[in-house]
Amino acid sequence: MAELVKLNINGREIQAEKGALLIEVARQNGIEVPAFCYHEDYTLQAACRMCLVEIEKTPKLQVGCTTPVAEGMVVHTESDVVKKARKGTLEFLLTNHPLDCPVCDKGGECELQDMVFRYGAGESRFVERKHHVDEKQWSPVVFFDAPRCILCYRCVRACNEGMGVGALGIGNRGVISEIVPNQGDHLECDECGACIDICPVGALTSGSYRYQTRPWEMDHVGTICTHCADGCKTTLGVRVDKIVRGNNRDRSGINNEFLCVKGRYAFDFVEHPERLQSPMLKTAKGHEPISWSKAISLIANKFGETVLAGGKFGVVGSNHTTNEENFFLAKFAREGLGTKNIDHHRTGDLATFFDALSGKPDSLASSGDLYNVKAVLVVGSDLAQQHPFLSFQIRANFRHHNAHVYAVTSGPVREDNQAIASVRVQKGGELAGVESQRDKLKAEVNLVIVFGDAIQGDALRKLVAFGDSLGIPVKYVCLVDYSNSRGAFDMGVLPRDGGLSREQVLAAADLDVLWVVGANPLKNAALASKKAFVVVQDLFLSETAQQADIVLPAASAYEKSGTVTNVCGEVQKLKAAAKVMGTKTDLEIFGLLAKEMGLNLGIWLPDKVFEEIRKTVHGYNVPLPIVATGGAAPTMPLNGRVAALPGSIASANDTLFTSGSLSKYSNVLNAVMESPGKLYGGEGK
Amino acid sequence: MTFSPQLEEIFAKMLQQYPEGRTRSAVVPMLIYAQDEVGSVNRELIEEVARRCKVTPLQVDEVVGYYSMLHRKPMGKYHVQVCTNISCLLVGGEELYESAKKKLGIGHKQVTADGQFSLEEVECMGACSWAPAVEINYDFHHFVTPEKLNQLIDSLKRAQ
Ligand code: SF4
Ligand code: SF4
Ligand code: SF4
Ligand code: FES
Repeated sequence: MAELVKLNINGREIQAEKGALLIEVARQNGIEVPAFCYHEDYTLQAACRMCLVEIEKTPKLQVGCTTPVAEGMVVHTESDVVKKARKGTLEFLLTNHPLDCPVCDKGGECELQDMVFRYGAGESRFVERKHHVDEKQWSPVVFFDAPRCILCYRCVRACNEGMGVGALGIGNRGVISEIVPNQGDHLECDECGACIDICPVGALTSGSYRYQTRPWEMDHVGTICTHCADGCKTTLGVRVDKIVRGNNRDRSGINNEFLCVKGRYAFDFVEHPERLQSPMLKTAKGHEPISWSKAISLIANKFGETVLAGGKFGVVGSNHTTNEENFFLAKFAREGLGTKNIDHHRTGDLATFFDALSGKPDSLASSGDLYNVKAVLVVGSDLAQQHPFLSFQIRANFRHHNAHVYAVTSGPVREDNQAIASVRVQKGGELAGVESQRDKLKAEVNLVIVFGDAIQGDALRKLVAFGDSLGIPVKYVCLVDYSNSRGAFDMGVLPRDGGLSREQVLAAADLDVLWVVGANPLKNAALASKKAFVVVQDLFLSETAQQADIVLPAASAYEKSGTVTNVCGEVQKLKAAAKVMGTKTDLEIFGLLAKEMGLNLGIWLPDKVFEEIRKTVHGYNVPLPIVATGGAAPTMPLNGRVAALPGSIASANDTLFTSGSLSKYSNVLNAVMESPGKLYGGEGK
Repeated sequence: MTFSPQLEEIFAKMLQQYPEGRTRSAVVPMLIYAQDEVGSVNRELIEEVARRCKVTPLQVDEVVGYYSMLHRKPMGKYHVQVCTNISCLLVGGEELYESAKKKLGIGHKQVTADGQFSLEEVECMGACSWAPAVEINYDFHHFVTPEKLNQLIDSLKRAQ
């Protein structure tokens, strides 16, 4: 326990840890000290002078954000002299600040506006002309309006420290200081938008949100990003059924303020003009729109006939649909259609993973563990590209707790900048690379091992055996690609008990029905069966949908409720933010089909299905209040032997700017110029 | 980018002066020395210093933007720096600067067409006791009057 000191703030006796920052101690005791530049996640700056407080026996006002508390300190945070100083600081900050609040994106949620409102600086003694600089566009998503900038350096630190990119700096000095991008007149960076959201004022604005709306005219819908498997909470700003922005400024969810370019901007696929909005039937003239009732009855008839005739089904599920949908689909296939041929594109070897972990109940690392653990070993994955949030967690752990980072990868990765050991291996040589670090790892207090699809089957068992042999607590993250890859596995969208894998289904010449839900298996493969009746549920007319007899327009994750499970096995709730006319959620489609076929598969409401999941799926008996209130509930590992599955496992190796076939329909992801991977080539910077 | 052996030696010593992981501190001295040899702080130099001090080029760029004695464009062979800060101002620094402008026909941070002279209005050089002061390259000149400065400039012209 750290040494405690007694101090007095605004007449209240307070105990605090010696050396803690005054601003934090005040906050913890419900006393707000206004601040612009101070940010608890990043290094101290003391640039804005907004946090001035009066400390007795100290001749001048002190900055609360860098002053450590000490025994006997008597502090006043709201005395007249403090208020006067704050007013003065604000008067200076407004010297060149334009008075364009009425059109500024930040108006209504601007920290400067709030402070001026509270402390006043309604009059200015400055008569000089305001120094004006025109607004600049640095990338499709980042705009900079220098006169609004109050030079708090938050953006610079967020980019440097939080993102590990370092694309922003300060040019010039004094009154003409300006934030500058790394390429002189434009940015080459992650395009994550963290700098925009952390800006207390409207100096950095977002390409997709700027001048779209006033903040108070939006609904704020907290849901889970539908792109990669990390499961970041993104709060979608919705105005009249249109999503206009994504952020996580309220810091709810596992990701704190973090979002990558996909979570913050790539919601625009929702209203892409090519979204399917009506069921379609393949005719001689191509796909023609038909009504929902006709489509459902045609499919139900065909499914029913095939069941009666003992025909062969193949079902391919999705990496993006909800747990409820996956659960219902698996049930539909097994109980309704009587088939075991159900699978999805598997991107990590979860079957071997869970089997190897059976009997080790505490071996799944949560996303929070990555931030708290003493040592992290990354094997065979470029996290900054493929799992941006996990990469962010590791950097934060390094900054705040000095975590020991090890990277065993085939090329340079961003983790090299934090690593105490970077081991370069040929693909396939990962285990040897891991082995080479044995002695160092043994000396760690505890460890999380994060590994990609290079580690599967036998190699995965060896890796877990290696972890066991270290003699320290070890947890694991088995990387998978997409927002509900983990859920698809856990809900049993799998060719268990002798079912055919995805590849085997496509190769079966006698297949009667292929039912594809939110997947694109025919993108790089051909369907062997010439007679197969193909039904596809999707957002877009994918390569697979183009070959379908009937296509059903599905709702995306941002248009539905339900739950998803992230790469760390944490269950979180989706909340519908938008509506697209003509679409239905996959769950509703399953329900309608079941009804039409006269099957009794239970109620198809997300909450009801989730209840059933909690009762029947191993490890999913998670506390309902956590999930219901938007928290992340950890699942347990399966804990029991898991049989091996047929079929292949391969990550799609998406980059920061792609996400399977979805990214094709995001204008933002297509507009940014960073070529995938280029940013991290060379010296790993 | 490599520098003269003498400079390389200075840099090697310089980098050893800082504790491990603090090579960033060498950015300013390295730039100053290198500027004298290279003539100005160009892009190539920025990148080289960034590499040697293990920071990003942007972080070196920030420093170059901040310090007025670092020049992105080459200055004249004789860089005339006239102080107009308080002490010099009180005893004629402003007039001195104005007359220098007239004499050379150039303004702040400009270079004469022949590349021989450049002019800069600078802040305090620590020569207040001998104000008004002028610094030409690294040589100080004390109690300077417009006439003295004119003579000085003429003598430099003749010296060529
Ligand atoms: S968008 Fe992200 S990576 Fe780019 S400058 Fe801003 S914080 Fe840095
Ligand atoms: S752009 Fe915003 S975050 Fe960056 S320094 Fe200026 S005010 Fe602060
Ligand atoms: S890291 Fe993954 S989950 Fe998080 S915002 Fe990016 S794509 Fe979405
Ligand atoms: S918050 Fe303390 S100086 Fe900015």
